Amino acid sequence: MKAAPFEYSRPADIDEACAMLAADENARVIAGGQTLVPMMAMRLARPTRLVDINRIVGLSYIRADGDVIAIGATTRQCDLERDALVARDLPLMAKAIPWIGHAATRARGTIGGSLANADPAAEQALIAVTLDAVLNYREGGTTSEIKARDFFVGPMVTSLPSTACLTGVRYPVWRGKIGIGFHEVNARRSDFAFVAAAAQVELGPDGKCKRIAIGVGAATDFPMRLDSAEQQLTGTALDEAAIKDAVTDALADIDALDDLHASAAYRKRVTVSLACRAVADARASALGEKPHAH
Amino acid sequence: MSALGKFRYVSTDRRVREDRRFVAGKGRFVADINLPNTKHVALVTCPHAAARILSIDKSAALKMPGVHYVLDGDELAAATLPLMTGLDTPNVPRRPLAHEVARYSGEWVVAVVADSRAQAEDAAEEVVVDYEPLPFVLDAEQALSSNDILVHQAHGSNVLLDKTFTWGEVDKDFAASPRKLKLRVKWGRSSTVPIETFGVTASWDPWRDILDVHASIQMPRFHDQIGMALKIPGTSVRVHHDVDVGGSYGVKRGIKHTVLCGYLSRRLGFPVRLIEDRLENMRGGDAHGPERLFDVEVAFDDNGIVRSMKMRALENVGAYAGRSPFQLGKPVGAIVGPYKIQSVQYRAIAVVTNKTTQDAVRGFGQAPTNVAIERTMDEVANALGLDRLEIRRRNMIRHEDFPYTIPSGTTYDSGDYHLLVDKVLAHTSYEGLKAERDALRAEGMLAGIGIAACLEPSGGNATFEALLNPKVQTSTYMDSCRINIDGLGAITAMMHTTSSGQGHETLVGTAIGEVLQIDPEMIRVTRPDSLNSLPSGTPVGSRMAIMLGGAAFHAATKLKTKLTTIAAHDLGIPLERAVYDQGEVYDRNKPEHRRSWLELVQIAWRSYHRMPPDMEPGLGTSHVMQVPTGGMPPTADGRVQMYPCTSFEFHLILVSIDPVIGRPEIVKYRIGHDCGTVINPKIVRGMTMGGIAHGIGAALYEEFAYNDDGQLIAQTFMDYLLPSSHEVPDVEIIHQETPSPHTVFGQKGSGESGYLGAPAAVANAINDALKPLGISTNSLPIKVSKLGDMIAAAQDKQSKGK
Amino acid sequence: MRIELDINGVVRELDVEARTTLLDCLRDQMQLTGAHAGCEHGVCGACTVLFDGAAVRSCLMFAPQAQGSKITTIEGVTPGPGEMSVIQDAFCETHGMQCGYCTPAMVLVAHALLIDNPSPTREEIVDAISGNICRCTGYAQIIDAIALAAERLRGANRPSEQRA
Repeated sequence: MKAAPFEYSRPADIDEACAMLAADENARVIAGGQTLVPMMAMRLARPTRLVDINRIVGLSYIRADGDVIAIGATTRQCDLERDALVARDLPLMAKAIPWIGHAATRARGTIGGSLANADPAAEQALIAVTLDAVLNYREGGTTSEIKARDFFVGPMVTSLPSTACLTGVRYPVWRGKIGIGFHEVNARRSDFAFVAAAAQVELGPDGKCKRIAIGVGAATDFPMRLDSAEQQLTGTALDEAAIKDAVTDALADIDALDDLHASAAYRKRVTVSLACRAVADARASALGEKPHAH
Repeated sequence: MSALGKFRYVSTDRRVREDRRFVAGKGRFVADINLPNTKHVALVTCPHAAARILSIDKSAALKMPGVHYVLDGDELAAATLPLMTGLDTPNVPRRPLAHEVARYSGEWVVAVVADSRAQAEDAAEEVVVDYEPLPFVLDAEQALSSNDILVHQAHGSNVLLDKTFTWGEVDKDFAASPRKLKLRVKWGRSSTVPIETFGVTASWDPWRDILDVHASIQMPRFHDQIGMALKIPGTSVRVHHDVDVGGSYGVKRGIKHTVLCGYLSRRLGFPVRLIEDRLENMRGGDAHGPERLFDVEVAFDDNGIVRSMKMRALENVGAYAGRSPFQLGKPVGAIVGPYKIQSVQYRAIAVVTNKTTQDAVRGFGQAPTNVAIERTMDEVANALGLDRLEIRRRNMIRHEDFPYTIPSGTTYDSGDYHLLVDKVLAHTSYEGLKAERDALRAEGMLAGIGIAACLEPSGGNATFEALLNPKVQTSTYMDSCRINIDGLGAITAMMHTTSSGQGHETLVGTAIGEVLQIDPEMIRVTRPDSLNSLPSGTPVGSRMAIMLGGAAFHAATKLKTKLTTIAAHDLGIPLERAVYDQGEVYDRNKPEHRRSWLELVQIAWRSYHRMPPDMEPGLGTSHVMQVPTGGMPPTADGRVQMYPCTSFEFHLILVSIDPVIGRPEIVKYRIGHDCGTVINPKIVRGMTMGGIAHGIGAALYEEFAYNDDGQLIAQTFMDYLLPSSHEVPDVEIIHQETPSPHTVFGQKGSGESGYLGAPAAVANAINDALKPLGISTNSLPIKVSKLGDMIAAAQDKQSKGK
Repeated sequence: MRIELDINGVVRELDVEARTTLLDCLRDQMQLTGAHAGCEHGVCGACTVLFDGAAVRSCLMFAPQAQGSKITTIEGVTPGPGEMSVIQDAFCETHGMQCGYCTPAMVLVAHALLIDNPSPTREEIVDAISGNICRCTGYAQIIDAIALAAERLRGANRPSEQRA
């Protein structure tokens, strides 16, 4: 399983990288390579040029910027895993990261790589959609932004232009009485998820739900938000029955993925349970209680 | 002295000497060996489940950089003989490259030889093969029942083997039994999948007429088969046994790979190497394991005593067959498991389909058969409302019954099954386990206890060959060891096969050290090549502790006798008065009269005038051993003594399943294990733990799944799921040693331990967990999604009040 | 293309095709055959090396990408010819291997773990090696080896009366 031949370049900055992409439609960016390299080894991907952005200065960072945590595209998953800012201000991401692959792949894999790859089961994609992240990308000398919700359009398909390169992601930080829940099901502990659910909740002083975000991943072509459930549950006490009704309604018509690992029926059914558990956990953690045992 | 007080080195907690080189990365695996001027092979594979090969256009490939040759099946078929088969099926030939027709998706069609593997792959993409897709069959029952689609036209059917054996009064026993039960059990297609793929470098020396083969192999008669296929004498094939093999557990046969590279090297004049990449390995390496459908029927009484059993085993062999159909025959040697079933009817059917070819997998068919037997025992208990442990107690062969001859003719050597079960339960209370299960159920989980009692036939008396193929008259199953003490008194022992992690060098050193009463670390163990080897059956059939241990023991005993005889003669005393003690020999009546090791070496090597008359000078001995209790072909009604020894294992596990998620978690794992005398405790523990991990994989995660187009959809490790450290629970092993009367130290085999019973235990645990829902599953692997869907459907049904 | 790689503390200039993986470069051009190819698609972990101290899959990196980082292979953590490190010796003590194919990778993972976390729990050890597949051992004796190594390393620099 040796890759087909290609040219290798290390651009000094992001604009040089984009110029390379523009010059050759079969050029591809390589960051962590944890997904791209196996595809190339199997000759499913055959770029003529690899544009290595790993060492471009200024693309790897984690910083607080007002009410946002800004993360550079080439920030390694393992750095996010250990970061104090992420732990404090993006607890949902902190909870999800240990589920991403293995330590060895987190040591190289980048957040930008994961998002650009858009695997339906990717945890980072689910988190980005759930938290209404905004992605930044560079193309032809200009920086643009796109909402996570608009970014993922199909399985492994994004609306990122082919000559563009992600530069960073910005996550709004929720302040107040916040709780999070994250659940994932797979065959083995570190496999691609069959189904994943993420929830973040802000409780008001009365203990009722002031704000809620619920996302499910791995069940459909790309992560989705349970908008109707969020609306239905806002302002409520988030009791079990209400959660179940709202989530069931929101997921009633999904077109679930069917593959070797899990049937569509399984995904459709378990997504409901997992989302309910995630919301219940989010409420519990906001109240300082114990979450659902996984 | 060991804990038993019997041995000096055997059973002591010694390090495994092979480990030293491995921790430093200094193993010598086939890909580490680089002969000068070696060229590399990559394969062009068939994309269709079945297809006629209409034409092959090599022109573009030949122009690619670094390419030396492009070989097709026609050329290879003209120059070589088909590979050896086990059954008598001359119209089902098997060749390294498909010839005229390709019969499974992934079958090797063209081999490209280039300066580097990468260049060979580049060129392989440029080979244009024109195929005419043909109808194909994937399902064994369909292949059996209909000749509409034939995998091999010339064979006239898809059936390679259909043989029924009736041992005992089956019909009578069924008529006389008040109760009957039928069960269908499916063992999904999986394999042992070593982390190292198969690799071979073949190098033809035309000046010495020798084909040097360095390969990652674990199999008997390897050099014979290479020679036969290439139409050169076996003495023109030199297989290097000192290659480290990165795991095999049966499957590293690689005959087609080696014949391919051997042919190419002879044709092209330089060493040719093929290291399978993972895709070539999974799709076309021909290392798949059994895919078997069992239909079991048992006759029993109200006390749960199973009197008779009928078993039909239908094996989906894949598109071609070497020895793999014999995996239907090996279980005959333990067809009733550890139970006193009085009569058995066994029908073994092997059919070809358009799937990848199989090879021998750890246990050689025993693990699937044990699932069928153990699921049946559980269902008998359920039918009667009896405890599943109790049913086993009632049916198991008792200690006083040994040696015990089963209906198919094999005599089990020794065992104390009830005692070991008691020991396990003394360690882990059955009532306590039930309470734990019930507590989990009370929390809303599904939970079940899994029990499996199974045997590991060991010693490798492979008379199932003669059983399934009457043309085979083999009753000899050998192993050998040579020992030489050099002129300075240093000891070298030679073993004549490769090893793939079983610690055979340590085994040989320990056995010889035990006999000669010398620290095993002082004994050099080598593995000469096949031209310098005595016969070896190689590590199959859980035989090496018995056979190689035995051969080493006997060779060492001959040496000890020689030393003692030389000393007695030199001391001028009768042999009976000479006492051998840790390398020295002294006069029993006068202990200060002695000869030291070095003195004895000196006499043997240099002082012929002091030797006993007519004794060979030097200190070299060898022993070629026949398998204990072996040597007889089957009777006319198919009864035969197979493996000489039976180890026993008893699994007791607790499984918990979240009813929503449907993923089984093994909460507790206990195994009672008795393999007779344990020669090296570290090795045996490792075998058992590794076998359990394999078994868990086969039960829950691993499957070579095909889609309806005959495409293997689990062709990488992303889809063929191997257990990681997260998937293997902590296991407590409860030990017992019931020695075998047939072996030199009382040892039995343990190379398959854990794997033979773990799938059965897991299947039984899950079924126990599903019992409150009124459902069961008898098809492995039991995957999360399938289980989840089953549970959901059952809960749905229950809530609707049926 | 010409690249410079820092392998086991020595910087070497090499001529490689860009598509050569770090694994193949180490094995074929440097004769550092301790890293093994098991799957070439990043799942089995047999190709593990340390990359700036972190365990990574060398089959998932093209050699040119490695320029500028420190690569450590099994050969680099072996103290000397015939000499074993504490970790390697612990693996021998518990027989934390059988065929040896996954072993160098496991030793390197242990190495990286114990530098980062000198007192890992059993769960943490299980987690650390969960990205490396072993088909022989069922992992038990590997976990024992790492626990034993941790214990011995912890005791190494303390006066004997302070060792637990």
